[in-house]
Amino acid sequence: MNARMFWPLVSGTIFGAGLALGGMTDPARVRGFLDIFGSWDPTLAFVMGSAAFVMAIAWRFVARMDQPLFAEKFFLPDRSDLTPRLIGGSALFGIGWGVAGLCPGPGIAALVIEPTAAAIFVVAMLAGMGLVQLIERQS
Amino acid sequence: MSLPGFPDAAPLAGLAGGLLIGLAAAIMLLGSGRIAGVSGLAAKAVGLGGSGISRIGAWAFVIGLPLGALLVTIMTGGLEASFAGPVPLVIAGLLVGIGTRLGSGCTSGHGVCGVSRLSARSLVATITFMAAGIATVAAMNAMGLEVLR
Repeated sequence: MNARMFWPLVSGTIFGAGLALGGMTDPARVRGFLDIFGSWDPTLAFVMGSAAFVMAIAWRFVARMDQPLFAEKFFLPDRSDLTPRLIGGSALFGIGWGVAGLCPGPGIAALVIEPTAAAIFVVAMLAGMGLVQLIERQS
Repeated sequence: MSLPGFPDAAPLAGLAGGLLIGLAAAIMLLGSGRIAGVSGLAAKAVGLGGSGISRIGAWAFVIGLPLGALLVTIMTGGLEASFAGPVPLVIAGLLVGIGTRLGSGCTSGHGVCGVSRLSARSLVATITFMAAGIATVAAMNAMGLEVLR
């Protein structure tokens, strides 16, 4: 196994462990966070807060690096324009997130927790992604 | 440990899980030079998106997600979880798939990686999907729609 596969595999595995440990593979916990008018469960804020804290430090390192440790160059988003597409897409994503309490990471990680339910979600998600690609290719 | 006033919250598990997620995203960023955005990596893995990482690398990350969850399940002796039924899962999946492609990211790419970089696009995306999620749960509760089983 080379670096192209090894480090993403390590990252994905730690990521999945963090999601499960933080309770994010339980849709009830995620919907509990979004239920601010009901019995609010702030756990997700702790998860996102500490993850963003670590990443804020990582960004400081990136600013001083010419290239990544195990790859030739950085591939980082450089856009700053706020488009209707960004906002509309994020709104659609948020509605879907609220309906079932799943976003892409926990949906995929939950394949080992509740295989049938997670698989239904993941297949529908990939179909949605494919639909966007199909429509954009035609226009 | 519980949080006063929030009997359902698991703040320490949340903090620990978040540290692992941050570490994972930092490995991806500093090691492979890429954002650990799950929607983008999943799309890349199945051939629906073009981002910097190789397809095999995207697959490796995506396969790691359930592997890591499995490790935690084994170590903790099982995880509590309740899921929605097939119909809401299909609706949710479609919306999440369409929305994350149009919106260029999800909770990980925008919410963790972009917000910590103070990216304007990610801040706006995160506020938008949080607000939409909150409104959706509030509306479903008002209509008496119980989806989780």
